[in-house]
Amino acid sequence: MVMAASESQFHVLAVDDSLIDRKLIERLLKTSSYQVTTVDSGSKALEFLGLHEDDDRSNPNQPSISPNHNNQEVEVNLVITDYCMPGMTGYDLLKKIKESSSLRDIPVVIMSSENVPSRISRCLEEGAEEFFLKPVRLSDVNKLKPHMLKTKSKNSPQKPNEQDDQGSTEASSASATSSPETPSPVTEDTKECQSQPQQSQSPNNKNKRKGVEEGLSPDRTRSRYNNNGLTVVSN
Amino acid sequence: MGGNAIHLQRQLAEYSKSLYVEGFLDDQFKQLQQLQDESSPDFVFEVVNLFFEDSERLLNELTKTLSQPIVDFRKIDAHVHQLKGSSSSIGAQRVQRVCIAFRNYCEEQNNDACLRCLQLIRHEYSLVKRKLETMFQMEKQVLAAGGSIPMH
Repeated sequence: MVMAASESQFHVLAVDDSLIDRKLIERLLKTSSYQVTTVDSGSKALEFLGLHEDDDRSNPNQPSISPNHNNQEVEVNLVITDYCMPGMTGYDLLKKIKESSSLRDIPVVIMSSENVPSRISRCLEEGAEEFFLKPVRLSDVNKLKPHMLKTKSKNSPQKPNEQDDQGSTEASSASATSSPETPSPVTEDTKECQSQPQQSQSPNNKNKRKGVEEGLSPDRTRSRYNNNGLTVVSN
Repeated sequence: MGGNAIHLQRQLAEYSKSLYVEGFLDDQFKQLQQLQDESSPDFVFEVVNLFFEDSERLLNELTKTLSQPIVDFRKIDAHVHQLKGSSSSIGAQRVQRVCIAFRNYCEEQNNDACLRCLQLIRHEYSLVKRKLETMFQMEKQVLAAGGSIPMH
């Protein structure tokens, strides 16, 4: 794989509780000439990004996260995180990043071994750039660069994701390299991430999500999703 | 490269091919091999060894959890989920498939079926472990004879 020299400047923060998967994603990213930092939890990721969680109980009037200005020299161009982790899930981490004024421009990509449509659409609605099914492959990693380029040229702020939400229920469009191993979509999204807090959603939101679920074809293809509503085939 | 190296290399190629044909490994293992280069010459070996360690830990946990008088199926499911993840990450396809069945029985809280799945996973795991160890051994022999390991 040939990469331009400038790309070696991109720094990716990879978050996964599985050591095997950290090794794998680290190798995938390094092969693609990215600088990589790996951590094993969402809270360590936030710490690395310079945010620390205040204890909600001791500090009820503060937001649960506040910027730590001592740590700003570490530039991260993209966060790629596992969805299912004990404690803070990848979705929780995504929300914290998007809620932070200092971090919200960092593109976030979610990885999950489970093809759960409701999970995918929830992550995309919350502002994730991509949703990769595990095991992540080189062809997936090749899709990261445009997101980093977008942020690197800081001329325009991140496109508000609400726009996509209002647009249609087609937020998740799939393109694929065929891979028969990919599990079929699972309808229940409860089992393996027990630590995940219950979502309180507006009925409006619920309807949208339902639409997305129905819109997804349950075929056994290796799918990727992005929040542009566009199908990008670049395998 | 001597005739012996060529012979060993051919044997290795046939052996690894058989692992795909018999379904022990899938394409994910080839992905791992692709990621191995001069900067990480032992990448595959390292990741596979992590898989061995992880699997053995999880199999012991599963055995312990399933032998309790009151089985905590949520815990079982969490362990099987991890094993499914690590087996799919290295391409240990047959282990991964049993994990999928296992999780369904876990959801049904079917104790007997879970025990059978555990036995089956142990069986599949020990098979794929032996096969991978044999393959690594053959790779060593190829290198020792002056041959090279083809990258996929």
